Parts: sequence; structure tokens; C-alpha cells
Amino acid sequence: MNFSAISPGGGTGRQLLNLLVQAGVVGVVAFVSWSLFQNTQANLEARNIASGFGFMSVEGGLPINDTLFPYDPSDTYGYAFFLGVVNTLYVASLGIVLSTLIGVIVGCARVSSNWLVSRLATVYVEILRNVPLLLTLFFTYAVVLASLPHPRHSLKPLAGVFLNNRGIYLPNPVPHTGFWFVAAAFLLALVLVFIVFLISKNKREISGKGLPTLRIAFGLIIVLPSLIFFLSPSVMDFEIASLKGFNYRGGLVLRPEFTALMTGLVLYTAAFIAENVRSGIQSVNKGQIEAAGALGVKSTLTMRKIILPQALRVSIPATTNDYTSLVKNSSLAVAIGYPDMVSIGGTIIGQNDQAIEIIGLWMAVYLTINLIISSVMNWLNSRVQVVER
Amino acid sequence: MIKKSLAIAVLITMPLMATSAFTGTLDNVKSKDVLTLGVSEGVTGFSAPDDKGVWTGFDVDMGKAVAAAVLSDANKIKYVPLASKQKIVAVSSGQVDITSRTTTWTMKRDTKQGVDFTVPVFYDGQGFMTTKASGLSSAKQLDGASVCVTSGTTSELNVADFARANGIKLETVVFEGKKEAFHAYTSGRCDAFTTDMSQIASLRTTTKNPDDHLILPEIFSKEPLSPLVKHGDNQWKDLVTWVIYGLIEAEEKGITQANVLEVKASSQDPTVQRMLGVSGDVGSFINLDNDWLVRAIQAVGNYGEIYARNFGPETKLNIPRGLNNLWTNGGLVYAMPIR
Repeated sequence: MNFSAISPGGGTGRQLLNLLVQAGVVGVVAFVSWSLFQNTQANLEARNIASGFGFMSVEGGLPINDTLFPYDPSDTYGYAFFLGVVNTLYVASLGIVLSTLIGVIVGCARVSSNWLVSRLATVYVEILRNVPLLLTLFFTYAVVLASLPHPRHSLKPLAGVFLNNRGIYLPNPVPHTGFWFVAAAFLLALVLVFIVFLISKNKREISGKGLPTLRIAFGLIIVLPSLIFFLSPSVMDFEIASLKGFNYRGGLVLRPEFTALMTGLVLYTAAFIAENVRSGIQSVNKGQIEAAGALGVKSTLTMRKIILPQALRVSIPATTNDYTSLVKNSSLAVAIGYPDMVSIGGTIIGQNDQAIEIIGLWMAVYLTINLIISSVMNWLNSRVQVVER
Repeated sequence: MIKKSLAIAVLITMPLMATSAFTGTLDNVKSKDVLTLGVSEGVTGFSAPDDKGVWTGFDVDMGKAVAAAVLSDANKIKYVPLASKQKIVAVSSGQVDITSRTTTWTMKRDTKQGVDFTVPVFYDGQGFMTTKASGLSSAKQLDGASVCVTSGTTSELNVADFARANGIKLETVVFEGKKEAFHAYTSGRCDAFTTDMSQIASLRTTTKNPDDHLILPEIFSKEPLSPLVKHGDNQWKDLVTWVIYGLIEAEEKGITQANVLEVKASSQDPTVQRMLGVSGDVGSFINLDNDWLVRAIQAVGNYGEIYARNFGPETKLNIPRGLNNLWTNGGLVYAMPIR
């Protein structure tokens, strides 16, 4: 093909044709999608199968045991599904935070000069990474159930904390007015820390020496809220669970399904993130670190200004994949009884058999979550990229 | 080049545009010479592969009777194990010819989901199993208890309805698979396990010590289980319906797998003569020959024999016939007259 023919000034007739072909392709794709939709609708109608989202506003009657907002079986299908989405988001966001923490630690351990530490990290990564997540989940769930006793023989490791095979029961904090003062003090401390960072940055640019920002930051964040905490009369109460009949009631409950799901999901994803961290660190030329040392750059600065900008460039895109995988993998919750979006949606399908609508919603929600993650991570990636000169 | 790709695009889209043409299931089954039967993923007594991989069970026998009537061979069946969620869609989409898989006949399924039910073959009801150690004697004492249940079934709704109707709170833990749900119960995650009574009986036999578990007396739902077919194919629905009625009528008339040929040769009862094709032409009403029921009974026996083989006292399940007795014995099993 002669590419010069498409170049500007080289025959507008050819350009027009290209445009027409592209418009044609878009048209065909649109037409195919439309006719598929029409065809599905027609077939559903011909087979007398109900379709549409009308059922979402009907009372569902389905039982859900673990929700972040109050729920009753007399609520609608739509609300039940929404609670499933909330649970999925909850698991996904908590999972991303925890797996990043563990992943970074294990990744650093992998490149540690300590023989034992790096071997332990390798064993961890290789085992978790090479066993299917579903098996890991069945395993963690079985371990959680098998290792914990019946509610009547609960373990009581701390005052107000109970462990049994129905869940981990923690004291539930009930905030009073004082709590909000402490929270406000905490926010204020954060703002002050931010200002200190700015001042320090300015100072370093002028004089070459910054402030001891980390120490100031810790001081502010811990001291300020604690001061308010001790000054205000009542900050919060704790509601403690107690055994009534079959189960403990009250308190903050982490159910075995949730605990097992989080454990499995986090350990699995952290293994992948650890590898990203390791490859990022190892991608930085050793000579640069040695050069920084020779120039007398402090090791924290070497990390922040030399290693991280180059390591993150390698790690972030791969980690974006792992985050989106984590979100998708959270759908395995259904296997161990945690009511995520797929579990609740599955129940709704079982109840009214409108599978197409629910599957469409599942896809839409996962797509939305993952597109958001991708765009945030891409933004982060562009921020930390080394500006090549 | 462009023309060619356009032509290909049109060729690909054309078949998608036509709404699928409707051919009768009976013709389909005959031309493929095999009956595609949707069964469970393994529920002892209803449909489960034995140690040689051969499917057996009550629901399987219903399918075998139809295969024998239509194809003259009870083994010309392709078994498709279906998860609970798929059992309706599989038959409404034509993936299987019949779903014979412990499926409850409900109004919504019958009217809004593109399927038709045939005949209730098993009158079931939902109940609770719990441990003897719990000291319970009634399901109403379950307030605050954890209950394990399988998703994608009517059981979830029933258990929530039961709790609401009785003003008690239950913590329901919902699992995708029955095995996982039951395992969670046996591991102590739940105080009780709930599903249809027949399946509870079946699962109880699989525990380490069945005597440690007891079935609470309350039956809190009506679960008439029935094979189902695609909505709108009346010819096929009539056929499946009347083969099953034939099996029931055969029990009432004392026609068994062993004596069917003898009865056919000697019976003076005009009803029996019509059923077995000695007189009349009832076979043609469902587009079959006159020996349809003889073949079905030869293959699997009458309704009572099928029940005894899969649930009777000699089996591990040992489910009393109760509602599933013939109407003449105080049950609900009743065939419409074959004439």
C-alpha cells in the first residue's frame, strides 16, 4: 500500500473514501448491536419470557446476612442488589489497600540482603501465586471454620472481643459529641502537616536543607487529637457483644465468610503486587544508587528522588492489572457464602429468572469500577513518571 | 477489497437477524435420535451418576420413560447436569428438551419464564435439619440461629418468609453450591440447614453419623416438583404429560415392569386395553404409536416401582410415600383418565 497517498495534500478523494469506509464500519457495528438487541427482545417475547428492569422495584423477600446498611427482606430487589454492589466495593477497596501494604512489604523482603527474609518472601510469593484463588478461598474458609469453636465456647482473647465460628465480635464504637471534636482535630492536624511539607519544600529549594517533616507530622497527628481526646468529657462508648440463644448479638461482627474472603483475596493479590515491587526496584540501575551514595545523598532521599520515580514507572501499570483482577476475583465470594453483588444477583436470578438483566448489571458495575481504577492509576502513573529529557 | 469485507460482514450478520425458527421438540428429538435431559449436578435419589458414571434416580427415570416412549430406547438420553440457576433457562432456550431436576412449580415460572410444567411427580416441602445436640424440637425455636441455604432456589425466599411469618430472626448464610452449604453446616457454621425435605433426607445419609442430625417437624412450603418443557410447544408438553400420567395410571391398574406384556395379552379391562394399545388409538393423540406406554413401563416400571426403586425402604433415603401415595391410598398422585 502506498502510504504517501494518504498524506496531507495527497489526493483528498482517497481521504474521503477512507473516511467513508470507517463510517461504514461504525455503521455496521452499530447495526449488528442493534439487531442483536432487537433479536434478543423478539425471542424473549416469542418465548413469553419477562424482560426489563421493572422487577427491581418489587419486594424481593430474599435473606442477606452481612450488609453495611440496614436491610430487611421486605426491601426491594433493587435495594438488595445495591447492597451487593456496596459489599463488592467494600471488599474491593479494603482488598486493594491491604494487598498493597502486604505486597510492598513482601516485595521489599524479596530483594532483602537477609537470606532468610528473602527466601521466606519467595516461598510466600510462589505458593500463593501458583495456587488457584478459588482453592485458596476454600482453604482459608475451611481453616477459619475449623480453627474456631462453637459460640458457647468462644475464645476471649481481650475484654469485649469474642472469637467463634460465627464470627469475630469486636466492641462496636458508638460516637458521642466529643468524637467529632477529635475527628476535627485530626483533620486540622492533616492540614497543618500539609502546610509544613510545603514550607519544608520551599526551604530546601532555597537553602538546600529542609525541616524534619516526618517527626513534625507524627507529632501533630498524634498529639493534637489526643489532647482533644483527654480534654473532652465523653468521646465514645463501646457496645459489647453478648451471647443470646444461638449466637452473639450486638458488637461489630466480622463474619467468617468475610474474614476468609479478605484473607484469601489479599494474600493472593499481594503475591502479585510483591513481584511488581520487586521488578520495579530491580529495574533501577545499581550504579545510580551507588552514585547517589558517593555524592552524599541521604538514603531516604535516594529512595524518594532516585529509586521510586524509576521503580514506580515499572510497577504501576502491572499493579493496575492486579487491582482490576482483585475486583473481578472478588466475585468468587459466592463460593464461600459472602453476599457480594454476584451472590445477591444470583439469588435474584433464582427468584425471577431474569438472568440477562442481572448479568448486564454485573458487567456494567465491574466495568465501571475497573475503568475508574484504571483512570486513577493512569493519572498516578503520569504524575510519577520521570520526565525524560 | 472493501466490497469483500462488506459482503463478509453481511454474511455474518444475516443469521443473527432472523429470529430463531421454531421447530417442534418432538421432531427434533426424533431426528437427533436422542433425548437431551437436564438433570441435577448430583442429588442422591433424584438424579446422580453412580460409581460407573451411569445416571440413576427418580427424575432420571421420568426422562427414561419419555425416551422409551418416543425413541423405543430408554438409554438414548444425553444428560446435561444443570446448576439450580440454569434449570429454567436451559429448557426455555432449547438447550435441553426436558428439565427433570427437582424444580418447584410456581406461578411466576409457569407464566413469565418461557417454560411449561407437566405433572407434579413429587410433592415436596421445605424443612430444617439441625443437630441433635441443639436440643431443638420445633423450627420456631430457631430465633437468632444461623441457617445455611443454597442460592438460586426457592429455598432462600421460603426461609425468609418463614422467619417473617413467625416473627423470628434468622442469620441466613447463602452458598452457591449445595455441597458447600451443607459442609458449612456440618462444620458448625450454621445451627441448621434448610432445603426440601427429600433432599435433606438424602444429605443426612451422607453425614458421618446420620443419627447426630434430626429433621424438624415443620414443613413450611409447598414444593410440587415437576419436569418442565419449553413454553408454547404444546405437542411436546402433551406428550411428556401423558407419558407420566401413563406411569401413574399403570400403578393404579397394577401394571408393572414384570407383568406388562402378560397384562397386555390377557387383560379384559377396557381402560387397560386402551392404555396398552390393545384397542383404540390413544398413542396417536400424542403423535406416537400404540405401544408407547408398554415401552415406557418396560423401561422403568410404573410410578410406584420408580418411587420404591429410588426412595423406598430398601434405599438409604427411605422417604415414606406420604403425599406421594396414589389418591386411592390417601395421597395426591392422581392421573387424568386416558381415553
